[in-house]
Amino acid sequence: MYAYDDFDADFVRARVAEFREQVNRRISGALTEDEFKPLRLKNGLYLQLHAYMLRVAIPYGTLNSRQMRQLAMIAERWDKGYGHFTTRQNVQFNWPKLQDVPDILNALADVEMHAIQTSGNCIRNVTADHFAGAAADEIEDPRPTAELIRQWSTDHPEFQYLPRKFKIAITGAPNDRAVTKAHDIGLRMVRNAAGEPGYEVVVGGGLGRTPMIGKTVRDFLPKADLLPYLEAILRVYNLAGRRDNKYKARIKILVHETGTEEITAMIEQAFVEQKALFAGPPEDLLARIEAAFAPPDFDNTQSLAFDRAQADDPVFRSFVETNVTEHRNPAYGIVSVSLKPVGGTPGDATADQMRVLADLAERYGHDELRVSHEQNIILPHVRKPDIPAVHAELKKAGLATANIGLISDIIACPGMDYCALATARSIPIAQQIATHFDALKLERDIGPMKIKISGCINACGHHHVGHIGILGLDRAGVENYQITLGGDGTETATIGKRTGPGFAAEDLIPAIEAIVETYLDLRHTAEETFLDAYRRLGAGPFKQAIYAETGNARAA
Amino acid sequence: MAREKHPQIVTANDLFEGDVIYLTASGNWSRDHGDAAVAHDPEEAERLLAIAQGQPNRIVGAYLADATIGADGRPAPVHFREAFRTRGPSNYFHGKQAEA
Ligand code: HEM
Ligand code: SF4
Repeated sequence: MYAYDDFDADFVRARVAEFREQVNRRISGALTEDEFKPLRLKNGLYLQLHAYMLRVAIPYGTLNSRQMRQLAMIAERWDKGYGHFTTRQNVQFNWPKLQDVPDILNALADVEMHAIQTSGNCIRNVTADHFAGAAADEIEDPRPTAELIRQWSTDHPEFQYLPRKFKIAITGAPNDRAVTKAHDIGLRMVRNAAGEPGYEVVVGGGLGRTPMIGKTVRDFLPKADLLPYLEAILRVYNLAGRRDNKYKARIKILVHETGTEEITAMIEQAFVEQKALFAGPPEDLLARIEAAFAPPDFDNTQSLAFDRAQADDPVFRSFVETNVTEHRNPAYGIVSVSLKPVGGTPGDATADQMRVLADLAERYGHDELRVSHEQNIILPHVRKPDIPAVHAELKKAGLATANIGLISDIIACPGMDYCALATARSIPIAQQIATHFDALKLERDIGPMKIKISGCINACGHHHVGHIGILGLDRAGVENYQITLGGDGTETATIGKRTGPGFAAEDLIPAIEAIVETYLDLRHTAEETFLDAYRRLGAGPFKQAIYAETGNARAA
Repeated sequence: MAREKHPQIVTANDLFEGDVIYLTASGNWSRDHGDAAVAHDPEEAERLLAIAQGQPNRIVGAYLADATIGADGRPAPVHFREAFRTRGPSNYFHGKQAEA
C-alpha cells in the first residue's frame, strides 16, 4: 500500500499545528467567524445543524486495518462511538467539539490520514472504483493515477482558488463503479488499438442543482500526458469558468455553455502549450507509485471449502450471491460488507464494527479495506476458502446483511438530521423503505435496484443517478419528496426524470411500492431489471401507478 | 400569499460545542428553546439579533427564527427545521433529546 514520504508527513503535521493556532485565535477572539470559516473548511470542519462535523479524507477509499482502528478510537474518544461513511469515500464524524479537532487531526496524522481538501474550491479527494486492484474486469488499477493526481493537486498554488470545488473520479474497468460521468473530470481507463492503457477523459459531469452527464473530450489519452492534460483542463476552467454566479461556476456549466466541440478545441490548444511548459513531477513518479500499489502476494491454494459452505448453508449462499464479487484471481473473492442493515442509517459503522472490519482485513484480507461511494465497506482480497469464516464474523458483528445492489442498499445523504443546508430529512426515508420491503420479502425478487436519496438539491445522495431517486424539499413548511426515475451512474450514465409533483412523507412509501409493483407486473422476465424495464416502457405506466394509487390530493 | 407574521426568537450554534442555543432576555444563552427571548415586532427582533451578533466569540451564525407561544407561555418552534434543532437527529437518540 502507498505510504507517505517524509515530506507528506511533515506537511500534514505542519497543517495540524497551523490549524491548532487558528482554533486558538478563533477562541481568543483574534479571528472572526468570517475569517475562521474558510480556514476550518480547509481542514474538513463544518458546522452542521446540531454540532460540528469533521470530514476525513480516505483517498480513493483505500485504508488499512491500523487506520480503521484509529477511526474507531476517534469515534469513541471524541465522538459518539460511530462514524458515517459517505458517497465521497470519506468518513464523517458528527459530534466533535471545536477544541478537540486539532487533537483528532493529530490522531489522524499518526496513521497518515488528514482532512485536507475535503472542502473548499479546490481539487477534492480523488475517488476511484472501490474494487480497484481486485476487479476481474479491470484494465489497470486506477489508484496509482488517483494518487498521482492527489500529489500533484494537493496545495498546488494555481488550483487553490478555483471558481468552485472540483471533483475527479477514476475507474480502471469498463464497468464504471465510480460514477465518473457525474464528476468534473471522469477518467476511464481504456486501451488503444496498440493495446496500450490510457484514459478516456470525460469533462463537465455533475449533479446538484444542474445535473449533467460529462462529455468525452478525449477518447484516448496516453498515460504520460495525464498531468499536462489535466492542467490544460484546469487552465481553461480557471480562465473561462464563471466566477460571477456560484450556481454557474462548476465546469459543467462552462462545458454546457461553450459546447463540447469548442471546449475540446480549447483544452487541446491549452494542452499543446501546457505540455511544452510542463514542469510537473518526474516521469518516473507514476512508475514509483505503481510499484507501491503492487498487488499483494496472492495465495493460490485451491480448496473446496467455499463451494461446500455454499451448498450447506443457504444464508451463506445468499450472502455470496449479493455480497461477493468475482476477483481477478480465481482463488479470491471481493467481499462487500453492507452498512445498510434493515432499518439502520446508511453508511454508519460503530467503533466496534470498525474494529471487526480491521481485524478481518488483517487476518483474511491482506490488510486492505475500501470505502465504496455506495457507503459500504469492501474487503477487496479474501481467499475464497476464508470467506465462510469472514461471513461468520460479520454475522456476529451485525455486518452480514446480504443486500448489496438490492432495494435496501440505499444511498442517503445526512439530510436534515445533520446537515445545515438540508430542506428535508433523508435518513428516515431510507429506513422506512428498507423496513417496508423487508417486510414484504420482495427484495430478492425485485433484483438490482438503486435507490438514492438527497435532502436538498445539492444532491450529495446522488439521487439523479438512482434508478429511483428521491429528493427531499420543503414545501410550505412541510417535508415533501420528489421522485425521479431511470437514473444510472454507470458507464451508461443517465440523469433520472422527475415523475411530477412530490409526495408528503407518508405518501412516499406507497408511491415507491406502486413503482416497484408496476415493474414486477410489467417486466418480461425476472431477468429484466427495473432499469431495463423502465428503459423499455418509459415513465408512463409508473407515473400512472403512483399518481392513481396515492391520489394527487396531497401531492404538492 | 401573505405569510402569517409570527413572533421571533434568536438562535445560533455554540462556538465550542456546536450545540444549538437560544438568546435569552438577559442577553445570555440557553440550550432550551422555551427560554428564548421573544420579539413581537421587527424592531425588537433586530435589537435581539444585534445583541447576539455582539457576542461573536461565544456563538456562530445567529439568526431570527419564527416561534409560536405555547400554552405554557413559552416560545415553541414553527418550522420543522427549528423543531429538529430543539431535539437532535431522528436516527439516534443523540443531541438535545438525550441531554434533557
Ligand atoms: C453534511 C454536510 C454537507 C454539506 C454542507 C454539503 C454541501 C454540498 C454542496 C453545497 C454541494 C453542491 C456543490 C455544487 O454544486 O457546487 C454538494 C455536493 C455534493 N456532495 Fe455534499 N455536503 C455535505 C455532505 C455530504 C455527504 C455526507 C456526502 C456523501 C454522502 C456528500 C457528497 C456530495 C456529492 C457527491 C456532491 C456532488 C454533487 C455534484 O456533482 O454537484 N456531501 N455538497
Ligand atoms: S444533499 Fe443537501 S441535505 Fe444532503 S448532505 Fe448535501 S447539502 Fe446536505
